[in-house]
This record gives sequence, structure tokens and C-alpha cells, in this order.
Amino acid sequence: MMRPKKLTQNLDWPTVLLYFLMVGLGWMNVYAAVYSPDHVINIFSWDINSGKQLAWIGTGVVLMIMILVIDHKAYDSLAYLIYGFMILLLLATLVLADPVKGSRSWLVLGPVRLQPAEFAKFATALAVSKFLSTANLQNQNLQDHFKLVGLTLLPPLIIMMQNETGSALVFGAFLLAYFREGMSPLILIIGAVSVAIFILTLLFPKLYLVAVITVLLGLWLWANQRIFFRKWPMITLIYGLIIGMIFSVDFFVNNVLQEHQQNRIKALISPEADPRGFGWNVTQSKIAIGSGGFTGKGFLEGTQTKFDFVPEQSTDFIFCTIGEEHGWIGSVVVIALFILLLLRIVKIAERQKSVFGRTYGYCVASIIFFHFLVNVGMTIGLAPVVGIPLPFFSYGGSSLWSFTILLFILLSIDSNRKMDLTR
Amino acid sequence: MKYLEDRKYVIQAIFLAVAAVYALKLFYIQVIDNSYKLAAENNAIQKIIQYPFRGLIYDRDGRLLVQNMPVYDLMIVPKEAKNPDTLHFCKVFNIPLEEFREKMKTAKAYSYVKPSPFLTRLSTQEFASIQEYLSDFPGFYINARTVRGYTHQSLAHALGYIGEISPAKLENPKYSKYLPGEYLGISGIESEYEQFLMGKRGVKYKMVNVRGIDKGPFRDGEYDTLSVAGQNLVSTIDLELQQYGEKLMKGKIGSVVAIEPSTGEILSYVSAPGYDPNLLTGKEFGKNYLALQRDSLKTLFNRPIMASYPPGSIFKLVQALISMQDGVITANTGFPCNQKLIKCSHGHETPSNLRIAIKHSCNPYFYQLFRNQINQGKSRNTFIDSRIGLDNWNKHILTFGFGTKLGIDLPNEKKGIIPTSKLYDKYYGENRWKYSNFYSVSIGQGELGTTPLQMANLMAIIANRGFYFTPHIVRSVGENGKPLPKYQVKHYTSVDQKHFEPVIDAMDDVVAKGTGFYAKLAHVGITVCGKTGTSENPHGDDHAVFVAFAPRENPKIAIAVYVENAGFGGVSAAPLASLMIEKYLTDTISAPRKRWEDWVLAGNFKPKKKKR
Ligand SMILES: [Zn+2]
Repeated sequence: MMRPKKLTQNLDWPTVLLYFLMVGLGWMNVYAAVYSPDHVINIFSWDINSGKQLAWIGTGVVLMIMILVIDHKAYDSLAYLIYGFMILLLLATLVLADPVKGSRSWLVLGPVRLQPAEFAKFATALAVSKFLSTANLQNQNLQDHFKLVGLTLLPPLIIMMQNETGSALVFGAFLLAYFREGMSPLILIIGAVSVAIFILTLLFPKLYLVAVITVLLGLWLWANQRIFFRKWPMITLIYGLIIGMIFSVDFFVNNVLQEHQQNRIKALISPEADPRGFGWNVTQSKIAIGSGGFTGKGFLEGTQTKFDFVPEQSTDFIFCTIGEEHGWIGSVVVIALFILLLLRIVKIAERQKSVFGRTYGYCVASIIFFHFLVNVGMTIGLAPVVGIPLPFFSYGGSSLWSFTILLFILLSIDSNRKMDLTR
Repeated sequence: MKYLEDRKYVIQAIFLAVAAVYALKLFYIQVIDNSYKLAAENNAIQKIIQYPFRGLIYDRDGRLLVQNMPVYDLMIVPKEAKNPDTLHFCKVFNIPLEEFREKMKTAKAYSYVKPSPFLTRLSTQEFASIQEYLSDFPGFYINARTVRGYTHQSLAHALGYIGEISPAKLENPKYSKYLPGEYLGISGIESEYEQFLMGKRGVKYKMVNVRGIDKGPFRDGEYDTLSVAGQNLVSTIDLELQQYGEKLMKGKIGSVVAIEPSTGEILSYVSAPGYDPNLLTGKEFGKNYLALQRDSLKTLFNRPIMASYPPGSIFKLVQALISMQDGVITANTGFPCNQKLIKCSHGHETPSNLRIAIKHSCNPYFYQLFRNQINQGKSRNTFIDSRIGLDNWNKHILTFGFGTKLGIDLPNEKKGIIPTSKLYDKYYGENRWKYSNFYSVSIGQGELGTTPLQMANLMAIIANRGFYFTPHIVRSVGENGKPLPKYQVKHYTSVDQKHFEPVIDAMDDVVAKGTGFYAKLAHVGITVCGKTGTSENPHGDDHAVFVAFAPRENPKIAIAVYVENAGFGGVSAAPLASLMIEKYLTDTISAPRKRWEDWVLAGNFKPKKKKR
């Protein structure tokens, strides 16, 4: 255990400040999202989400203090144990949970309803960091590679079985951390190109796409003829894969994806096709944000997001309320807060002397970034509607707790970095 | 591995790139592209409360008593009504400028963004005349709803009225289902049966543009709920008889309550003076209500259940029944008409049995009867004995529904007064009182108060020879065709059936050849059993009372008639009661009795000498 004085000295206060700023703004916007001028309820009322969120924030602070007080070495030495426990909890949830809206992801403990999938993130981050600190990515053998892939993919596989596709996708964010630790950039590039091709295929006619790619490739090869002669089998293979992908997208969307997933994809591509149906969320969300203008309509003055029968208003679509009531200025402030936090975390990660600490730091940044990317993206029509919350802002105990744990374990490790040095 | 550390720049660049793309995209949809703002204006979601159709009320023969009529409220949302052309507005809506300013101030004080009523209860005609100008005044819109309407001018006290829910009630959790401005039953049946009449509110969400133009249902009505109309009620009232009763009571003060003895159903419920129920609906509600509330005759006072009078001689019937049950007297017991005990009317035959005593309403007879009832010698101490006697008598009297609320389905019923040991302990000190302190109770005076409803119920009890159903005014609720369960329970009095016949014999005599002679209907073949009474009034002329039931066998109607300040009951209340009975049983008034009808309608009852 650390003495409190040292703790306060070594704690990274800018991050703590950003955390409370975001949580506080989130709380006000949760209230705005459930606020109804016909029936005004106090922001502290337990009957509405803002009142409950305050309780989550309060308990979150308790959690945070516990995390900071616990010996930081515990996170390192207990990483696999925590991970194993989380896997068991995920499996238990699969068996015990009552299906809510087709999803089996909620565990009810008395008055509290928790989503273990949220907590699997920090557990997995701890486990993979621990693994990379013992087996450096650069010098790994094939067996180690498989171990890492297994560690990373096991939780999302179980989460997929709980029908929480959104939460499962988050684990893809670890690629960014692995990249920092030495993973080949090719994997990132291939991933990005695949996503781009996937989206382009949905947006444009396939033959145009094939033609454009062929012409571009031809032009590039004509300019760099020597490369073609040296690497033509490779180039032909890549070309074939891309064309193959273009033609298999339809099959993938129509036969592999489930109907609600198909709808989300279609909503992203053309929300106007069925504005009252699957595209509804996207259309409404863009209208709400768009109507905010430059400075917004003012706190509680929004008109587009005030009906509480869309339950996601205070959770996944909280950014709509921000956009509508605080305009472009407010939206950019929120984006800036996220970027400041992310850059700060990268800075913290880089100053760690242990591979464990650094990798964990990048995992934290990657997870928060992925949530930010997808959540804000879906509200402005740049990402499919995937039900994942906006960290620190969205209503919900599991989400707030899990991000609090995730972030403050890093701060705990960070506040002890000087002691590690002298070890 | 320096090159790996440089990868942090790649990662930071990815973060910044995404932030930049998002900020740009946001700038595009929030600042540059106007179509979202237009779309927002075109799809504000409006929550519309669908007020259910309030249940209708019919009379016992299916005639409509209460219906719904459309009215229109002009609503205002001050935020949207920024700069109305005030003069033009005042001209169109025909209100003075000061009133406009006053109402505007009230609306703004209530809420800047929430709608509140500006002008209420416009009629269909008024609505039609202003409709075309509405578009000139943004922020104002019409809200249609219904108010109660009546095709007749009767039964106002029993029907009650509806009104806007008061702020005090809104605070009460009991009324949590109601919203501000909503209407609910405030008195009468409307209040008592509110939960059945109100129905269930529905909610409709629709998309509207800024000007309030309907853009269709929100998400195809997925979140809408339908309103459910309130349940209809069938009253026990016979509208024809009711109207006849109101006609007879015109210009008088008092009550008429008629009950069907076999069911407890109230056939007629007159509180005079009455008022037209149409006064308390529509635009003039406030003004009319104030006028009614202020008038000297206390028109809004619901006399049949709220006015408590000393029962007078009629109470002797109850005294006789209780004493026979306790074996204090038999039908053949006689007492001398001893005027030294208590005053009696000018000479009558010796009350050598109960029948004669009731026929002549002999005061000394009942003085002695009640003395024996109270002092049965259960204790050698007179005080204790009186206490035991009074407590025992109390038990009997309660079973007749006196001194307690009968439980009619109308609000604000009074229970009247019945003397108890506790009351006299308070008056005289514990066990410091005896029969001589309250002997006047024997003849229905003293610490006694009964409502006209309780007296009509007494007639139902005697007509039934010992039991009653709680009087009620609604015979079926909704589709099930039955009254509330509590009105289907037979209540027995403590007096056995066999003791009723001597009393009925005497009541028969009262009408056939006694003080109730003016109520005689023998020529149409109906035997009326009745009893006259005079209710002492310390503030002026005594009140005339007559109670009766008919026919003697298989009684169909039990009635109590109170005419205030009309003196002796035999000349005013008795003919009035008999006209009601005749009307109900034969549907008409026979020729020889027209003169009585004229007499009652004229209403010049000269108070005669007091009869005790
Ligand atoms: Zn006498």
C-alpha cells in the first residue's frame, strides 16, 4: 500500500480533471435527454436517469479510490486471475441472464443490473498487457501469436453469443495497442482497406468500383513498371482478393449478418430509404444534431430528443442531445475533451518503464478511442448504428464503472512508476 | 527499438484525423447544411393527450340524463406567440384590451413554453367564427374537448358537476393520474362515480412542423395508446317522477325522497330550490357558480342528505317498534293521555292501545312508553338504569340507519344526531342524568336530527317489515347491469317482522281517518300508509313533514316529503306526497285530485297551530 500523500503527489491530475469534467457534462446531458417540459422532474430525482446516474457517479468515485489505494503490483500479478474470473462471469451471464430485447447480457444483483461485457474490457486489457510483457511481440513464435489471438478473441466470442455485437467489436481496438508494440502495420492497413472496400461496395455499383480500381491499379503499374515485373504474383493475388471481396459483400450482408445487423448497415448507407423504419435513428439523430446550429438551442431547450420512449436517448444517443442543445461549439468541445484525454493517456503510456504499463495504457486509449469513433460516428451518419456508449457521457452504471476502472487502474500504475524505477 | 516509439505519432495522428473529420462533418450538418434545421422544424414530435369520452348517465327507463357536448379552448404557447397583433386579436375574439394583457400575463407566469388555456369553453358557433383568423396568430391554437350537457333542467343536486382539477388536488397523490387543467367530477354522481365515468386517457404522438401542421403519426403510431371511454351509468331515478316532484316543490324549500323499498333504489331526489344543471357547464360556469353559492336560499345545499331536522312525531313509529321488540309494550298496551307529563293536542279518544296512540300521535302515551323503555329496572340506581336503557336503545336505533351515514352513493351525506350516553355525560357529567333530562326524545324532539333520506329509508324499512337496502341512485355501472356490491346487501333491523303489522295498521288509520287524510288515495284503489310530522324550527315557522309508503301490501314506493316553514305536515307535505305516489303508481293524476295538485302548486300553506 502507498501512503496517501505520495498518491496525491504522483497522481496524474490533468487526467482526473478531464474525467470529472466529462462525467459532469455527461450527467447534465443525461438530464437534458430525459427532460420533458410538460412534466418537469428534479435533476436529482431517482425516477429519472439523471438521478440514477448521480448514484452511479458516486459509487464510481468509491471504486476509483479503492483502485488507487490497492497495491498497484496487484494489477500486474493478478491480471490472468482477473481475466479468468471475467470469462467465468461472461459464461455465467450467458446461462443466468434473462433476455432483454433479445440480448442475454444483463446480470441482476439485487437492485443493481450489470453488464459483465463492459467489465471484460479492462480484464482483457490487463491480460494481454501481462502477456506482452512476458513475450515480446517482435520475438514471438507462432505459438505465442496464437495465444495472444486467443486471449483477445475469447471474450468477444462469448459476448457475441450474448447478442451484443457492439460490445464484441470493441475488442478490435486492441489492434492499435499491438501496433504500438510491434505488430506489422500491414494488418492495420488490410483492416482499414477491407472496411473501406466494404463500405464503398455498399455505396456504389460493383462494376464501377471494379473499373475504377482496375484503372487506378493500371495507372500505378504503368508508372512503376519495375515493381510489376518483380512482384506480379503478389499484385495479382491482392487484385484478385479485392475483386473477390467486392463480389462477396452482398453474400456477407444477406446471408451471414442477422436482420437487425443488415438494417444497421443499410441505415448507414441510405437512411433516407426508410426514414420511419431502420433508418429512423440515424435520420432523427442527424436532424437533432443538425438543428443545433452553431451555438445550439440552449440547455434543456432541445425539441428533437425529448421523448423518453426512445430509451437510447440518454445512453447511446447522448451525443444528439449535446449537438442539439450546444451546437457545433458544444460538439467540438466534447470532441476536444476526448482528444485531450486520449493524447494524455498516450503520454502516460509512453512514460511507463514497464512493457506491462505501457501496453495497458495503449489498450485504454484504444478502447476509449473505439467507443468515441463508433458512438459519435453513428450519430452523425459516419458509422453504423452499433449500440455502444459514449465513455463517461452516456447514462448507465456498467459503462461508467467499467471506464472508471479502466482509466484509474492506469493512473494507479502510473502513480507508482517512479517506485518501479528504483526497484 | 526507437522506430516502435515513433509509432506513437501514427496513433496520435489517427486520433487527430478522426477528430478533424468529425468536427468538419459536424460543421457541415450543423452550420452549412440548412436541410436538417428545416427537417427539425418539420418534425417536432407533439404529444397529444386523447381525452376519453366521459361515461353517459341514463335514467331508469333509458332516458338520457347527462351527455357530452363539444367545447373549444383557445390555448397559447407564449414563446411562439411573440408579437401578436393585439388590436386585431381583441377584435376577433371580442375581448377588451386589458383582459388580453391580463391573460397574457397569467399565461407567461404559468409557463413560457408550455401551453395553457387563454380563453375557455368557446361554443361551436364561437369557434366557427374565429377559426379562419387563427392562422393570423401563431402560438395560439384550439383544443377541443367536451363538457357535460343536459337535455332537461332536473336533478342537478344528485348529478353534480365536473370542473377543472384544483391545484390542491394535483398535489395529492390520490389524484396522481390527473394532469393540470383536466376535468373531474366535483359533486354528486359525477364525483362519486368518477373512477367509472372518467375512462382512460390515450396518448398520440404526431409529427408537426413549427406551424403546427400535422405531418402524420410518429413512427406509424407505434407508441400511441387509445383512449377508452368511461362507463355509462344507469340511474335509479324516474325522470318523469323527478320532474313532477320538482314541479310540485317549485317555490318551496325542502326535500322529496322516494325509494323503491324492495331494492333501495331512489326514484326521485328533489332538493328545493333547485337549479338548472346547464348553468354549471359551459362558459358561464364561474359566474353562475358564484351566483348560486351566494343566494340566500342556499340553492347548492343538498338538502335530502345534508339537512338534518328533528324528526318530530314520525319518530314515534320507531319508538313503538323498539319497545315492542324489547317487550316493554305489546300492541295492546294502553297509557293514559296524561297532560301533566307532556302537552297533547285537543282531546282525543283514550289511547288504550298502540294503534290509537299513533293515530292521534298522543304525546303522553309515548312519554310513558319511552320511560319504560329507558328505565327497565336493570339497576336500582336510576342514573345507571337510564344509562343501560339508553345504550340498549341506541343499539336498536342504529340498525334503522339513524345517527349514521346510510352510505348513499352521493358525497357529503350527513349522519344526523342520535343522543348517546357519551353526549349526556358531556352535558350533565358522567352518570348525572336520567330519563327526565331527555324525555322529549320520546316524541322526536330534543337531541335528535335526521335527514330526509333517513326518513324515506325508515318508510322503506316499515314497508319491507324490517329490512332495507342502502338507498342508492345508480342501479347499474357499465356493462354488468348491477349496482355496486354494497347496494345488493339486505340490512335487517333489530325488530322482528311480526311487530311491524300493528304499526302499519296505525299508519293506515292515519291516512284513512287521521291527520294524513289529505294523502288518501282510496278512490283509485291504493292504500297509503303514512304519518304526519312537524319539525320544530326555532328560527321561524315549523317545517311540514309527511312520510308514507304505498300500496300497503307489496309496497312499491316509500317517500319522505319536507316542506320548510309550511307548518303542519298534514296540509302541505301529505297531499304533495300522495300526488307523487299517485303519479308513480298510476302514471297520472286522477280528476278529483287535480284540486290538490293546484293547491300544492299554489303553495299557500298557512302555518297552523303546532301539532306535537
Ligand atoms: Zn294524547
